[in-house]
Amino acid sequence: MFDRLEEITKAEQETAGRFDHTVDVCVAAGCMSSQSVAIKEALEKEVEAHGQGHRCRVRGTGCMGLCAAGPLITVDAEKPGEIMYKQVTVGDAADIVASLDSTPVERLRCRTDVPFFQRQKKIALENSGLIDPERIEEYIAREGYSGLMRALTEMSPSDVIDEVVASGLRGRGGGGYPTGLKWTTVAKSDGDVKYVICNADEGDPGAFMDRSVLESDPHRILEGMAIAGYAIGASQGYVYVRGEYPTAVARLKTAIRQARRANMLGSGIGGTLFNFHVDIRLGAGAFVCGEETALIASIEGKRGTPRPRPPYPAEFGLWGRPTLINNVETFANIAPIIRNGGDWYARIGSGASKGTKVFALAGSIINTGLIEVPMGTPLREIVYEIGGGISGGGECKAIQTGGPSGGCIPAGYFDTPVDYESLSALGSIMGSGGMIVMDESASMVDVARYFMEFCMTESCGRCVPCRVGTVHMHNILDKFSRHEATPHDLELLEKLCDMVRNTSLCGLGQTAPNPVMSTLRYFRDEYMDCMMPELNGAERVGELMEVAR
Amino acid sequence: MTPRNEKLEPPSDDKRWRIVQATMQRNGYERDGLIETLHTVQESFGYLDDESLRYVAASLNAPLSQVYGVSTFYHLFSLKPAGRHTCVVCLGTACYIKGIPHLLKEIERTYGIKAGETTSDGHLSLITARCLGSCGLAPVAVFNGEIAGKIEIEHALARLAALREAEDVRQA
Repeated sequence: MFDRLEEITKAEQETAGRFDHTVDVCVAAGCMSSQSVAIKEALEKEVEAHGQGHRCRVRGTGCMGLCAAGPLITVDAEKPGEIMYKQVTVGDAADIVASLDSTPVERLRCRTDVPFFQRQKKIALENSGLIDPERIEEYIAREGYSGLMRALTEMSPSDVIDEVVASGLRGRGGGGYPTGLKWTTVAKSDGDVKYVICNADEGDPGAFMDRSVLESDPHRILEGMAIAGYAIGASQGYVYVRGEYPTAVARLKTAIRQARRANMLGSGIGGTLFNFHVDIRLGAGAFVCGEETALIASIEGKRGTPRPRPPYPAEFGLWGRPTLINNVETFANIAPIIRNGGDWYARIGSGASKGTKVFALAGSIINTGLIEVPMGTPLREIVYEIGGGISGGGECKAIQTGGPSGGCIPAGYFDTPVDYESLSALGSIMGSGGMIVMDESASMVDVARYFMEFCMTESCGRCVPCRVGTVHMHNILDKFSRHEATPHDLELLEKLCDMVRNTSLCGLGQTAPNPVMSTLRYFRDEYMDCMMPELNGAERVGELMEVAR
Repeated sequence: MTPRNEKLEPPSDDKRWRIVQATMQRNGYERDGLIETLHTVQESFGYLDDESLRYVAASLNAPLSQVYGVSTFYHLFSLKPAGRHTCVVCLGTACYIKGIPHLLKEIERTYGIKAGETTSDGHLSLITARCLGSCGLAPVAVFNGEIAGKIEIEHALARLAALREAEDVRQA
């Protein structure tokens, strides 16, 4: 079967060699919303009109990362002297095609020798922006499915697990549970029927890593899941995707169909005795379904409410069978680990956090978009060098990581390396990778209230502390933003944080107080400023009366 | 998997029921396929009415309470018909920081509806989304399925006004 992969690779290289120029247009969600599909069509027409069809090709590729400058186009991405264009419009197509054999179009140039592109290390995103996500051949030509074939033909299931353990990979959904350990537990669980689930219910507002991976390189996920299936003894996998991601779903469907046809999924994969099928299950807009037991309930067609653990899904999961649940980004790292070995992966990163992490940069930052950096990279480097600093010329106040389960890290702590332990020590979490940068204009009380409103509406209602507690916390935060809070409210808020955190059933409730607790820890002054005016100095009373009038 | 439940006659001879039946068939008429089926009903009919909920419940041999419970639990399912045009405003963190609440308020004020409601003439549905995952382009709104990034209040209101105008022209 390796021969077959090699054949496809060779054929792809020959095809690529026939063209003097390759123009890649990003057709991932970000650029698509600025008409990149129309630009691609315009480029194709232009190439045809110039009779260049035999030597120039136009491809739609995945995310190139710098969403702020979209729509992005690269010319001859894999040759020396690659050229990137930013903020391209349909009208620029003629100039770009005309420039292919001469000098690049300077007014559209996007420099690639800047930290944003140079400081990244891409593993999960290694193919993003370089391949057409709707063609399995291009994935195979970049060593795709060779990890799976290596596992099936040269390794026993326990060898595969050993490699994953050796890699030190930890869950990229935010929890940071060691992936190898999870795989070991599921592999050891009794039962002849087991399942693999890929959690693509990316609900954190401000996070779009998983969506991008699914849209840019869907085969990577399928390969990772199939390797997992082989390692733990499962022959059925499910990808649970948000219903809000239609493009990701469509590309994943295409990928599954192609993989089946290429015998990389289905029965007797690659001529071996291993069977593995993958089906898609659509989410329907419920944040709580990112929690593993709620997700399982949803796949079973029920309301997505969590249940107490243990028993953990590793022993009692989908339809009561042992089930392995990993996040999209976790699966995206599996194929490279099997290809290059666990030790290779473990050499990247720092301390107990190995490898790389994908982050979605958003908010008041110049280079909004998707980045992948080695674990242990200082926050300062991410914000000021890779991120290009604060947009609008303001000062950075804090960054928010981990969405509604995370916290705000003030600018004073930006020398902290990004790893699981350091971020939790600061009262935030790694989370799935959303990183929202806030400048001085952001009110921290307002941010806390925003996330509490989120948790309040997304609480599934199953357990009382979360259902009732989040409402009360939201009411108190509301009082703060109306400047009607009293010291008693502050005390009550802190008590509620403690109660909800310690007594809720699932992760949603247990982490819901995090945004409040972290802002209270670092920005307590702002809460004090939001107390009732008479408690806060007479001059403020006058000021507020003025506003009220 | 052998089908546990028999195929039932759909409530009407509307051809769209066949698509719904196909989804249920693919899932072996098992209750597990409930969410998939509801997705199909919503895609085909635009929303879930009582008739379709009853039909799906009977076909999958599921209690109506379960079907109703599931369809009200998930945000994407709607029990009311949508307006002829939709405007989705993203309330994700990045959009929030970039001032989307002001845009939402402006639209609510202009059209006299709250988020989640439809104008009384069925012209426009105003919907909020938790996060559209296009945070790099914040603030983001979607007009009739077409996503618009870095949107400003005037721009958004102008787009909505254009929809109304186009409709008025068609009626005239």
